[in-house]
Amino acid sequence: MTGQLDWLRGGIALAFAFLIAVWMVKPIGVSTQFVIADGAVWDLVSPNLVVEDPETKSGYNSENAYLAKSGGKYAKNVANPVNYSFVFVIAMVFGAWLSRITRGPQPSKADRVAPRVWRNRFGDRPVPRYALAFLGGFLVLYGARLAGGCTSGHMMSGMMQTSVSGYLFAMTTFATGIAAALTLYRRGDGHR
Amino acid sequence: MEIVSAIFLGTLFGFVLHRVGASNPENIINMLRLTDLHLMKAILFAIGLSSSILFLGMAVGVIDSGHLSVKASFNGVMLGGALLGLGLGSVGYCPGTGLAALGDGRRDAVAFVFGGLAGAFAYMLSYPAVKATGLLDSIAGGKSTLAVTGNESYVALVPGVPGWMLALGIGILLMGIAWALPGRPGSGPRPLPHGLPVS
Repeated sequence: MTGQLDWLRGGIALAFAFLIAVWMVKPIGVSTQFVIADGAVWDLVSPNLVVEDPETKSGYNSENAYLAKSGGKYAKNVANPVNYSFVFVIAMVFGAWLSRITRGPQPSKADRVAPRVWRNRFGDRPVPRYALAFLGGFLVLYGARLAGGCTSGHMMSGMMQTSVSGYLFAMTTFATGIAAALTLYRRGDGHR
Repeated sequence: MEIVSAIFLGTLFGFVLHRVGASNPENIINMLRLTDLHLMKAILFAIGLSSSILFLGMAVGVIDSGHLSVKASFNGVMLGGALLGLGLGSVGYCPGTGLAALGDGRRDAVAFVFGGLAGAFAYMLSYPAVKATGLLDSIAGGKSTLAVTGNESYVALVPGVPGWMLALGIGILLMGIAWALPGRPGSGPRPLPHGLPVS
């Protein structure tokens, strides 16, 4: 079990991670926690952002309409960031680190700045890569929040449950994802 | 107890994402430019296998259908998915793999995560305007699934067939596609179908 798993073992491992989560607690999702992190920081700067409100279902309310939606469930998590979903996402960083130090795949020093496919196409300078990574992150999370979930929640957990929304999400994500990757990196360039 | 589960399950998920190579943007980009489909095969196989076991587990009563969480369908799912795809294909990270890549010591993932926090913040601010467009109005039955889940909160679009049977059928189909897909469909420069060389 050193290095990167082949597709079959990797697929089986991924399947069990998603299954054990839904068996024990609930389906895996990630992108909501970016909102909770933003909200927690925002609430530090302006403490009136989230307030207790016995009128709502969650007992919390917010002047931000997004945090206040669905009975204030996001507002509640912003007020109490040490909750299941937020701790789950933090633990993911630890899990990846654990895999790396236990003989998982090892990125080289250059890989930690930009993947090889990027370096072959755009060179070794870090700043353009970081700038695009920031922009890409913006698009990915704006899109995920508009869609109501990301690759984990909508596509993996969604299609696992045969959710119609999961199939719709996967279709457009792969359509534009393939178009973007082919446009930016082309097909033949820099293949190892 | 909930926090202990969160630490255990989050660690497991991060570990697996890393081991399968999903936290390496090289693999995501090569999957999307169709030169290395190993991750695609793993993802399809994982969905097919987990779906089959989930529905069988619910049918025999080992897994509680109350744990399900089905998301609603609305036009924003497709538009948001399209935006996410653009970012994913350009930089090679999605929200989960970007976080796992932090544990891999990748610096571009730090930029990605900050960009993600900014994007999520922009959505928090623009939410009332987005809602006013009707993009968030339910379509296709709202919180709907194909297979019967046994959870009354969700509408099944194919109610006549036992849920486990349909899910197993779809699951086997997905695993079959995963098996059949080539790992590396043509390496290096290859002629286009018209016989034109790739520049």
